[in-house]
Amino acid sequence: MSTQKHWTIAAAADALAKGEVSSRELTDQHIKAIEDNRILNAFITESFDVARERADASDARRAKGDVAGPMDGVPIAMKDLFCTEGVRTTAASHILENFVPRYESTVSGKLRDAGSVMLGKANLDEFAMGSANITSYFGSVKNPWTPKGANADLVPGGSSGGSVAAVSGGVAIAATGTDTGGSIRQPASFTGLVGMKPTYGRCSRWGVVAFASSLDQAGPIAHTVEDAAIMFEAMAGYDPKDSTSLDMPVPDCRAAVAAGAGGDAKGLRVGIPKEYTLDGMPADIQKLWDQGVTWLKDMGAEIKDVSLPHTKYALPTYYIVAPAEASSNLARYDGVRYGLRVPGGSLDEMYELTRAEGFGDEVQRRIMIGTYVLSAGYYDAYYVKAQQVRTLIANDFKSVFNDVDVVLTPTAPSAAFAKGEKMDDPIAMYLNDVFTVPASLAGLPAMSVPGGLDANGLPLGLQLISGVCQEETLFRAAAALEHAAGFTAKAGDAS
Amino acid sequence: MSYLIEGRTGQWEVVVGLEVHAQVISNAKLFSGASTEFGKGPNENVSLVDAAMPGMLPVINEMAIEQAVRTGLGLRAVINRHSVFERKNYFYADLPQGYQISQFLHPIVGEGIVTLDLDGGESRDIGIERLHLEQDAGKSIHDRDPRRTMIDLNRSGVALMEIVSKPDIRTPEEAGAYLRKLRAIVRYLGTCDGNMEEGSMRADVNVSVRPLGETELRTRVEVKNVNSIRFVMQAIEIEAERQVEAWEDGEEIIQETRLFDPNRGETRPMRSKEFAHDYRYFPDPDLLPVRLEEDYIAAIKKTLPELPDDKKARLIKDLGLSPYDASVLVADRETAAYFETAAKGRDAKQVANWLTTNLFGALNKRGVGIDESPVTAEDLGALVGLIEDGTISSKIAKDVFEDMLETGKAPGAIVEEKGLKQITDSGAIEAIVDQVIADNPGQADEVRGGNEKAIGWFVGQVMKASQGKANPGQVNQLLKAKLLG
Repeated sequence: MSTQKHWTIAAAADALAKGEVSSRELTDQHIKAIEDNRILNAFITESFDVARERADASDARRAKGDVAGPMDGVPIAMKDLFCTEGVRTTAASHILENFVPRYESTVSGKLRDAGSVMLGKANLDEFAMGSANITSYFGSVKNPWTPKGANADLVPGGSSGGSVAAVSGGVAIAATGTDTGGSIRQPASFTGLVGMKPTYGRCSRWGVVAFASSLDQAGPIAHTVEDAAIMFEAMAGYDPKDSTSLDMPVPDCRAAVAAGAGGDAKGLRVGIPKEYTLDGMPADIQKLWDQGVTWLKDMGAEIKDVSLPHTKYALPTYYIVAPAEASSNLARYDGVRYGLRVPGGSLDEMYELTRAEGFGDEVQRRIMIGTYVLSAGYYDAYYVKAQQVRTLIANDFKSVFNDVDVVLTPTAPSAAFAKGEKMDDPIAMYLNDVFTVPASLAGLPAMSVPGGLDANGLPLGLQLISGVCQEETLFRAAAALEHAAGFTAKAGDAS
Repeated sequence: MSYLIEGRTGQWEVVVGLEVHAQVISNAKLFSGASTEFGKGPNENVSLVDAAMPGMLPVINEMAIEQAVRTGLGLRAVINRHSVFERKNYFYADLPQGYQISQFLHPIVGEGIVTLDLDGGESRDIGIERLHLEQDAGKSIHDRDPRRTMIDLNRSGVALMEIVSKPDIRTPEEAGAYLRKLRAIVRYLGTCDGNMEEGSMRADVNVSVRPLGETELRTRVEVKNVNSIRFVMQAIEIEAERQVEAWEDGEEIIQETRLFDPNRGETRPMRSKEFAHDYRYFPDPDLLPVRLEEDYIAAIKKTLPELPDDKKARLIKDLGLSPYDASVLVADRETAAYFETAAKGRDAKQVANWLTTNLFGALNKRGVGIDESPVTAEDLGALVGLIEDGTISSKIAKDVFEDMLETGKAPGAIVEEKGLKQITDSGAIEAIVDQVIADNPGQADEVRGGNEKAIGWFVGQVMKASQGKANPGQVNQLLKAKLLG
């Protein structure tokens, strides 16, 4: 690949501003890169015509001195969970294989209005259900990273696997993701990227295909903390069309990044939760976590041991709440109005045939779990109990954030694993989310920042979690951590 | 009023509760901006939200909340400051989301009261259990195509208030009175047009029976979607009789949903048991709980119109109407308004009489409602005014009224044109009286001989001679003076 590989948003904005490159040139370079790297299977639908049109429009705006902001002219990948007007939106499912929305999701619309150039719709786990991007109807995504001296195909993590593959593979400058239980942070960790999940309600869910409504949150995936801040600011904001949207101004996260970028963590109180130490956790991960503590301490942060006692209940709670909501959210895919229809002799038969053929195994599994936990006789024992535990988990964080500004944890319990591993054991797969799910249940902003490489040369991420709506604190801490880690490795370096 | 079914084993009491679905008057649907206009072409009032397109989210229409609170206040009910929309999950082709957004554990309105006006001016309170807001479903049309079912989503997402009564109703008549009263209340409030023909008010009827004297409730059966007051009353009678027969035959009544077939005069099971739904209710994560401030509720309360019960009490107390007349006059908003206009400055009792007897009779004959009355409220008032000030007699007034119905003219003009003004000039009346006495010496002697009743015959003769225009009181007085004085 040519030298344009691994542009950052900030660098692209700078080069565009200086006239060193046009948006059309940047876009064409990335289109070429996509074409050369189709082996990644990062995109379900390429939207090159739309991309060129938007790039030209961006260049025309710039020529008139009318620049929409730092995203203007920047080519990005759009997770195929965001409905995009006139561009097929599948949620990686057979059931929406041919669905072309007549509307644009709020978040993708904001990014469009910010001038960004959509290269295509990024692959993902079907309906965002998965942690390895192996459940997509359109095939699994290949992680651009390969282990040192081995030839294995690794998973990119999930569900935003196409998004991280596109960015870490250098075929898009940044990408949108959505995070329900870790779907931005875990794949970012698996690919050496920054992935940020905002406070629940920061980014509108309007027009995003729903998985679990009380957890789903869109966020940026990028090379740097600064890029994540730029993109987050473009994506976030109150939307009256989403009743759970936060009616608050979007914080100035780029300023927060600038504050931490020089390696300044003075006054920052960092909590280290003891419950995040797992039996059998790889030594490399424990080592990186300890390293993270040292880095922050050396930059002037105050380190505190904290306790989040209900952490161990987070995963089971999540795997009740999320499937429950999903089982109801996915009821609309019935073959009646849009999407796949498999005709049957009766209405019920049509439902059965359509949904049996239209949904993959993992989606069907979660629909069944969700239906079960909401059923008469089980509702109180499962769903109601899970909501109560969820409140306890949120309260754990609330009390910890009385004493600290951010919590530092590993992002995932492992580095990227080989395709085929954990595939026949859903529970092992679900364990990928063990560190990311608690912040999701509590609705808190959290970010994975690349920290280093493991013994196999694979990237590992560190997760920062802050209090509700404390994105500025989160970005400042992340920028400092990024500075200390000095992570510069890129996919393909080792091979 | 008692309504008991005579069975072989003794007398049975009927226990009824009603669930009324009332369509909220609002330009937009409960969770989308789509229009609610009736009579549009198929699928013309459908937004992306109503069609449950991927990623679409509901947003509460505040007007629907306000209307539900208004209705709750009109039902003298508890307004719940905290209520929750939940999802009721089931698959059906005209239910695009695969769930109906409704309220389950935490409805917006709690317990209230509807006072029934029964025959003979009696009244009886029926308890309201709750009122909650929910989405209507679309419509499945099975008769357009031999093989396929067509779906019209115009109604999909329209706001409904489900108003649930307590099982306080004991007779078909009470059920009818309850529905009429509920309809009057929502119409007064302007929260539902109460139009059962267009389906903007529909009732599900819960019926059970028990031997007279038993205090426990027996298994109830739900008779669904009965679309007129008459059918509700019939359905109760028929279903109650079926149940009595079943119990007496040693059968068990099962809790089920039945359909009323007015043509065949029967109810029959609607869904078989194997399709019994588990609705898997849970709070809709797309919507926040509804929280209402006291100030908000108080502000709505201030805008409530005078409701039927208050108006009735006022008509009895201030205007001296009988409870019966008062309840007839307040039964609907238009009649009440008509009456109050007509009665302004007149003898209210007389106006009430004219309205309930003469005008209602005439309107019934013409098959029109009071809003289409050929006689305006002002003119009816004026007619009573002419009687009150002695310009015409009640008898002449009836003729004038007939004329008003025909021509729509004002009563004063008719009296003027036809020279119907009552003769009150005592000289003129005296001349007629003298003439009649002179013409009938035999009858005059009879009266003088002590048969005072015969004086009535003389009154009739004098009225006839005056073409009804002589003031009857004056005639009476003069005759007595001349024959008995």
